[in-house]
Amino acid sequence: MADPMKIRAQMKGDVCEIRVLMSHPMETGQRKDADGKTVPAHFIQNLTVALNGKTVVSGQTAGSVSRNPVFGFKVKGAKAGDKVAVSWVDNKGDKRTDETTVA
Amino acid sequence: MRKLRIIGAACTAAALAATGMAFAQSDGVDHAKADAEFAKFRAEMEDSNPAELFEMKGEELWKAKRGPKNVSLAESCDMGLGIGKLDGAYVKMPRYFADADKVMDAERRIVWCMTEKQGFSFDEIAKRPFASGNYTPDITSLVTFVAGHSRNMKFAVPIKDPKVKEAWEIGKEIAAYRAGPYDFSCNTCHGSDGKRIRMQNLPNLAKPEGAIKGVFGWPGYRMTGGVMLTSQWRMNDCFRQQRFPEPKYASDTVTYLLTYMTATANGQLYKGPGIKR
Repeated sequence: MADPMKIRAQMKGDVCEIRVLMSHPMETGQRKDADGKTVPAHFIQNLTVALNGKTVVSGQTAGSVSRNPVFGFKVKGAKAGDKVAVSWVDNKGDKRTDETTVA
Repeated sequence: MRKLRIIGAACTAAALAATGMAFAQSDGVDHAKADAEFAKFRAEMEDSNPAELFEMKGEELWKAKRGPKNVSLAESCDMGLGIGKLDGAYVKMPRYFADADKVMDAERRIVWCMTEKQGFSFDEIAKRPFASGNYTPDITSLVTFVAGHSRNMKFAVPIKDPKVKEAWEIGKEIAAYRAGPYDFSCNTCHGSDGKRIRMQNLPNLAKPEGAIKGVFGWPGYRMTGGVMLTSQWRMNDCFRQQRFPEPKYASDTVTYLLTYMTATANGQLYKGPGIKR
């Protein structure tokens, strides 16, 4: 199973700033290993951020995103104590969801 | 006229740089400004440093019962301040450990705990001790976790301890030792002020303000390749770049060099696991 994410959600004025660190190889499928064999593509495809269970960000990513990526979002209408859940699904069907509380 | 002279100096600089040699700065570039720009970039990156992912992994490994003896490092490993005490341990290393009768840096100490307390085989650990590609050795995550417990603390290597002082002296000797096909020593590039290779400023490790630049960003996450690397790796790679034989993993030589650099940086701030280009 994939390693956990590190999520920080903080109120800055009336906007909630969310920062997510993900642990993922993000292989493009273009690289070759030492033996000249193509390294199979392995990257996060879908990404969602939910605030108290309601989806506020839904996006698609591909192989151009770096290994162990960092994402940042700004969300309006959140308040301290709200639950932030971040989920991803990769092209191999592996998935991961982690939660934190808005500070 | 003045401008012309600066351009002339820059051309000389470029010519020298092309030979791959370090040389004194006389190139008309505003280095203070360039440094400030780089510091801004670093501050931005530090805000979301993937090194934190390895700290999390390291915490898991630190607390888990592992190895043939099925004990955790948390309940068996003394990093110098007592078993399980990690706050400020990293900035007070390398230090002398009576149980091992050796001066040890953080990584070497964890390796010692893994072999002596948990029963892991040293040869197995030393087979592939550094990260590459998607592979990160457990020891790297563990060092990152331990280093994270000294975030925003000042380096305080116990240099008054005669054993540490001796290690410092030997480290200083090693830094000055010229050998290899290029007849290089560490000090050839890192032993005086104002040197650089291409656009990379080289710190003078003999001075506190230079030594801190050598140690404060390790362990560090290198964005090129996305790998987490430790100061053991950094030392190893210095030897490789000097075309020296590479030192044995977690050996005296590396600890002595780290003692020299870290103790010279004493009194200055350690910001925690770093991020590299």
